[in-house]
Amino acid sequence: MSDDVTTEEPVHRLLGLTDHEYESIEGILERAPSDAELAMYSVMWSEHCSYKSSRPHLGRFPSQAPWVVVGPGENAGVVDIGDGWLAALRIESHNHPSFVEPYQGAATGVGGILRDVFTMGARPIALWNQIRFGSLDHPHTRYLFSGVVAGIAGYGNAVGVPTLGGEIAFDPVYAGNPLVNVMCLGVLKRDQLVLGTAGEEGSIAVLLGNATGRDGIGGASVLASASFDEDSGTKRPSVQVGDPFEEKKLIEACLELYEKGLVVGVQDLGAAGLSCAVSEPAARADMGMDVDLGAVHTREPDMTAPELLMSESQERMMAFVAPERLDEVLAVAKKWEIDAAVVGTVRTGGTLTIRHDGEVVAEMPAASLSEDAPVYDRPLGEPHWLENVWDNTMQLMRPPSIDEALLRLLDDPSIGDPKWAYEQYDHMLFLNTVVGPGHDGSLVRVKGTRKGLAVSTDGNGRQCYLDPRRGGARLVYEAALNVALTGAEPIAVVDNLNFGNPEKPEVMWQFRETIEGISEACEMLSTPVVGGNVSFYNETEGNDIYPTPVVGLLGLADPMPESPPRLDRAAEGMEVWLIGPPGARNLAGSAFEQVIAGHVGGRPDAPDAFMAQGVIEVAIENAKQGLAPAVHDLSDGGFAVALAEMCIASGVGATVDFSDWIGLFAENPHRFIAAVPPEHADALQAIADHYDVPVTRKGHFGGDEIRFDNGGPESTSVSLEQATATWQGAIPRRMG
Amino acid sequence: MKAAVVVFPGTNCEHDVMWALDVAGSEGELVWHRETDLSEFDGIVLPGGFAHGDYLRTGAIARFSPVMAEVRRFAEAGKPVLGICNGFQILCEAHLLPGALHENRDLNFICRPIHVRVESTNTVLTRAAEPGQVLQIPLNSYEGNYTVAEVDAMDAQVAARYCDADGTVSDATNPNGSVGSIAAIANSAGNVAGIMPHPERAVEEVLGSTDGLVMVRSFVESMEPAHV
Repeated sequence: MSDDVTTEEPVHRLLGLTDHEYESIEGILERAPSDAELAMYSVMWSEHCSYKSSRPHLGRFPSQAPWVVVGPGENAGVVDIGDGWLAALRIESHNHPSFVEPYQGAATGVGGILRDVFTMGARPIALWNQIRFGSLDHPHTRYLFSGVVAGIAGYGNAVGVPTLGGEIAFDPVYAGNPLVNVMCLGVLKRDQLVLGTAGEEGSIAVLLGNATGRDGIGGASVLASASFDEDSGTKRPSVQVGDPFEEKKLIEACLELYEKGLVVGVQDLGAAGLSCAVSEPAARADMGMDVDLGAVHTREPDMTAPELLMSESQERMMAFVAPERLDEVLAVAKKWEIDAAVVGTVRTGGTLTIRHDGEVVAEMPAASLSEDAPVYDRPLGEPHWLENVWDNTMQLMRPPSIDEALLRLLDDPSIGDPKWAYEQYDHMLFLNTVVGPGHDGSLVRVKGTRKGLAVSTDGNGRQCYLDPRRGGARLVYEAALNVALTGAEPIAVVDNLNFGNPEKPEVMWQFRETIEGISEACEMLSTPVVGGNVSFYNETEGNDIYPTPVVGLLGLADPMPESPPRLDRAAEGMEVWLIGPPGARNLAGSAFEQVIAGHVGGRPDAPDAFMAQGVIEVAIENAKQGLAPAVHDLSDGGFAVALAEMCIASGVGATVDFSDWIGLFAENPHRFIAAVPPEHADALQAIADHYDVPVTRKGHFGGDEIRFDNGGPESTSVSLEQATATWQGAIPRRMG
Repeated sequence: MKAAVVVFPGTNCEHDVMWALDVAGSEGELVWHRETDLSEFDGIVLPGGFAHGDYLRTGAIARFSPVMAEVRRFAEAGKPVLGICNGFQILCEAHLLPGALHENRDLNFICRPIHVRVESTNTVLTRAAEPGQVLQIPLNSYEGNYTVAEVDAMDAQVAARYCDADGTVSDATNPNGSVGSIAAIANSAGNVAGIMPHPERAVEEVLGSTDGLVMVRSFVESMEPAHV
């Protein structure tokens, strides 16, 4: 940035505020804002913090249910899981920081989501991540991928919360804008629930944890709320630096504060830092606050008021404490060796007054920073190219050979063994992991109860690009089926909406359609959306990513099945059943289409809500009654890949009948494979009949090859050994 | 009988060790690293995690924590002391066990179940096991690569080596480059032992393996008066 630009451009524009937004601030204050005030509004009114482009649409999500304790708008959603126990869940993106600095970007994404969950009073018990990059054959992708994985591992392992997997995908559309979404689940007893409120007049604001430095200044406004161009590397100072050790101490200290009932409210410091942590809790309590910036413990000298207010230094929490409990709070902080500073006092009247060196540097209605943020009902329009894309179905010169197609799909790094990544994550800590990474859904037990909590996170950019409404709905059904396969009932959803530039009408249309699709499916399944995150401006040099919503779905198994089904328990002599609609023919947006034909086109099938529910019920009953010990949902690569993955995981071959190659690779929804011991066939058939779910008996597990045999010339096989080596090598052989 | 389970800032496996002691029919109590009197306890476990953030070098700061004077007193008095993962690193840094642990050969964090073969049973970690017994327990570390000068002289102190499912020890079954495939080692008296994989993570069938129980039980038995 050259000097003449800084002198000509008004400060508010450099901070990401429009001229109109500046005028609104003047209107609220009835005067020109000070530098500190401008800094606060710029971060609080950023897209990242204010949801100003998305808010008109987010109200569509169903968010009510008798078991919802805390819905959207708090730091995390909270649901009742019975017997006095609650579960807290949240998902958030760290896309832009991870592109600029992959290790720290991903690491601080983990740190931030953990704080969102333990702010509610919960102990975080598991993490998942959804990560998407450009082609793994590109060296820069390998740098980003290994950096992100190392960042997740480095932070998650050290902070001591297990990472149970998620999803890894590679597609050239993410080359200039990778996606890093992190989800966290926590559990708590009902009486430990804490909200982000400042409490009554006289409550004291105590800033806990890390010292405040100049890192991450403007992260929300400068980095997360703007598009990338070739100068994005210069934004690196806007990326925060994580310290998992500090976070670990902060978690333990906060949990002790909750256990002893020493706080009236807690707010974490994430995006917008101190500006958010003083204004939002005050606004929620209908209060104001006097804040002294001089009391903030800092990492470097001479920080200005705007810097202190905007800093996104990590591992900080604001606790609101009744004055008579202050000494006890400070003693807990001292025990856990974290710093604590008394920085403010809650006042009636709703005015936030911020002093620095004895001077008032900012004064405004606390609620104006959050509640008066601008809302943009941006224009939306169906993309003119969409119908052409629907007509543009894949054309092949000749039918593919099934064995070659299967091996190429198994070698695709989005399908191949993700072990390279998840073996770098501690996925066993806390001794709760009953079904871990590498299976359809994760299942963790809740110690002290008979309950199990299942989570699946799912995304599918290709299908959402081809039809955002159908794609969005199908993600919910897929995630719900995945948790059902472990024996859990779907109970709640969080979503992370990763989209391009909202100033483009077609992006806003994709956004609205996606929300519509997710909402329809959530209504059908009675799974309220209890929280979420929106990430816009995922574009580089004018090219938007695919609309890529990610759904994180929580399921409850109560009681947890004695031996929940997994991927790896198929055995010689078991039957191969396809449960769900037969006759799948749709290749639109499939892995086959992209990997084998280099094509993305056509229109994915609409979901069938009643079929989806029936298949989910069959999956749950199967797990409860312990009938088919191995199950796997059909997703990328269709039946052929799902069968191969079960065979590889279980170390056994299979022979199956098929009609033609299309049916083997089509990706129609609501289907799973079950490995059924003959003695359980009648019982499982009866369950499927009860729910009107079709079953197709495709063949048997056994032998040392995966054989597709319909008696015709297309019949072929792949040796289990070759399939295993190909699948296991997909990522490692590219990483070198 | 009661074990002191030491918690440093950054320790994260303390609750898992408590759980495993309970499964093994014994009892533990969490003890903060600033404690200076552990005389009411019968043994000490240093659990895994990232004591003091692993800053400077794993275990390098923890060895100066106040509680370490008691750990040393227990070690010298012949009472049972067990370090798991980060606890093993701390015992090496404190020179209560020989050798040191550095970064894995492939410079990646490794979290997966591996096999170990029990060697000497004259240790608080292996007393209840059979020599040659093969156990499947999870490994979970970045600095798990054990090294020691004059490894041959240590032979009698080796408590377990990395191996395959049949108990064969080779380079191919060595996950992290440890010298002699050493996964666990004891002092010459056998009352102080360190192990890199996590036996406390393999104590229940529902989590995939109960092979670690024999090691937890060995430690529990070691706390009983007959053995002290």
